[in-house]
Amino acid sequence: MLKLISAVTIAFLSVCSASVWARPFTDAAGRVVEIPDNVTRILTAGPPASVLVYVLAPEKLTGWVREPNAQEKEFLLPSARDLPTYGRLTGQGGTANMEAVIAAKPDLIIDVGSVNPTYISLADKVQQQTGIPYVLIDGSFANSAKTLRQVGELLGVSPRAEELAAYAETTLKNLGEGLAKVPAGERPKVYYGRGPEGLETGLSGSINLEILEAAGATNVAAAAGKGGLTNVSLEQVLGWNPEIILGASPKFISAVKSDPSWASVAAVKNGKVFAAPSLPFGWFDSPPGINRLIGIRWLEALLYPKTFDVDLKADVQKFFKLFYQVEVTDAQLDTLLKGAIEKH
Amino acid sequence: MNSAQDPDRGNRKLVVFGILGVTVLAMASMAIGKYSVPPSAILRVLFAGLTGGQPDVDPIQQTVIWNVRLPRVIAGLLIGAALAAAGATYQGLFRNPLVSPDILGVSAGASLGAVLAIFLKMPVPVIQLMSFCGGLLAVAAVYGVGAAVRGRDPVLTLVLAGVAIGAIVGAGISLVKILADPYDQLPAITYWLLGSLTAVTRADVGSILPAMVIGLLPLVALRWRMNVMTLGDEEAQTLGVDTRLMRLALIFGATLITAASVSIAGIVGWVGLVIPHVARLLVGPDFRRLLPAALLLGGGYMLVVDTLARSVALTEIPLGILTAVVGAPFFLWLLASGKRGWS
Repeated sequence: MLKLISAVTIAFLSVCSASVWARPFTDAAGRVVEIPDNVTRILTAGPPASVLVYVLAPEKLTGWVREPNAQEKEFLLPSARDLPTYGRLTGQGGTANMEAVIAAKPDLIIDVGSVNPTYISLADKVQQQTGIPYVLIDGSFANSAKTLRQVGELLGVSPRAEELAAYAETTLKNLGEGLAKVPAGERPKVYYGRGPEGLETGLSGSINLEILEAAGATNVAAAAGKGGLTNVSLEQVLGWNPEIILGASPKFISAVKSDPSWASVAAVKNGKVFAAPSLPFGWFDSPPGINRLIGIRWLEALLYPKTFDVDLKADVQKFFKLFYQVEVTDAQLDTLLKGAIEKH
Repeated sequence: MNSAQDPDRGNRKLVVFGILGVTVLAMASMAIGKYSVPPSAILRVLFAGLTGGQPDVDPIQQTVIWNVRLPRVIAGLLIGAALAAAGATYQGLFRNPLVSPDILGVSAGASLGAVLAIFLKMPVPVIQLMSFCGGLLAVAAVYGVGAAVRGRDPVLTLVLAGVAIGAIVGAGISLVKILADPYDQLPAITYWLLGSLTAVTRADVGSILPAMVIGLLPLVALRWRMNVMTLGDEEAQTLGVDTRLMRLALIFGATLITAASVSIAGIVGWVGLVIPHVARLLVGPDFRRLLPAALLLGGGYMLVVDTLARSVALTEIPLGILTAVVGAPFFLWLLASGKRGWS
């Protein structure tokens, strides 16, 4: 009898363990990948995936794609600050070492971003070579909430994912409702300058300016056409005469304010030149991940102070607490928002 | 090697010695890596792989050895040997020590092919194929221009046509970079152009093998006529060599192996330029000795460099950086202490 019970128990247990061993997951490319049920170590293939896994389950992040610098580390959990850096895991065009990847013993590799045949075949190739499941996740900004829920389920942290997804939904809903109240004529003309010279910008449809378009502003460089990043001349910027200038580099921001050749631009005359906050992950772009959700609040406060009643400092503290799980002090707030908002 | 054609028995000794040296390097390279695998497990995996059995080792160790390390070691050997042989051939053909396999635009063409394929979001095998075809097309264009221009020094015409077409192709690469997505595609393009063997699989090695064999055939078969070619067109012709046909066959072979290398490893500079010089300093300019020396030295050198690339830091170091950093001081030392001359 005892033997029978133990045999049944063993059979039952083995059925159970087989059923929890793996579950199929259909990723954004339609690939069906077997995922271990208990996912504890995640490797990310690119920066947007790092941010996503960090906000959902920082304890499961195995390493960074790019090592965070000292300023960025200040706004990250201590446990995540000094994780090893594995590089970009994109096959022939990557820098990650396959053996180091295998040695990290990840349960899963996640890549978030655009899904196209190049990335599909890279994922297949890495998965085949290393035997580690590799999933592709669609990372478009409008789908932020969906992405959070999907990856949250994948990592086994659905309750937390739901909380973050709800924040994302509320943020985008508030944005939509607020924008509906802004008359078309009051949408500001904005120029976003990248690089130390500030003469690199994104054309219409560029992923770098996705959030500006989401915020309902007019990207003046859209006049130069559709596409990705491009270099423009100062003459073009003068011709567009933007009402607001946003810059990715503090060097550019301080140069614009003092350089006589920029002095005739409306934004400079009215003192509407601001730096895009970049800690711990960019608020505007770099990387184009869900880190941009707080950028939306910042743009609401900056572009439509009359329509949106934003308490930016409180919002930033709330967002950092919720997403990055760090408390932001008042002094740190000043660091974060240096040059990014109007001085009162 | 056909020993009846060999001028002296030293050649055979050299080849045997070289093969031994490269074998030792390859075994050492198999044992080094970020994932430590005991030598006994390496041998068991290799033995099981060759006999088709299932080795009695940790499956992760098997993956590391069989799927990651072995393809890299073989690819490194092949690519190093190919680039060095192509460099030695081009240098002899153009009678110029500053010539590298890029002279007729094969690397530039292969880069444009790959960059364009990344930009067009093609799957990896298509990227590799477009790269391979791009390399061949660029050289075909250069050769076509060279053949169309009559009444000038054919070698000089080829070199100048190579420079011009290389410039056009380079402009094309820059244009694609400007248009590429800055997050997804631009880094992939940049790292691809720096060269790496990080993602090489057994299938990749299998796909370049035919091109390698077909390309090396004319180089090996014509190695003694190559010596005549280095005398210059007029003298070679008076000795009864069809210089046009010879040049076509040698350029075809050298281009094929270079394009195949670039298609899976990206741009790995310096090997094709410097290894032939090192070989020349060691064995002299006789192409019958130079070719095997370049093949072995190139393969061995690439093994060393790739082993460093994958074991020095946690992330990969691009090959293009290491080939120069490791190779240049060694080359300068050899130059200063070498006794043999160029001619």
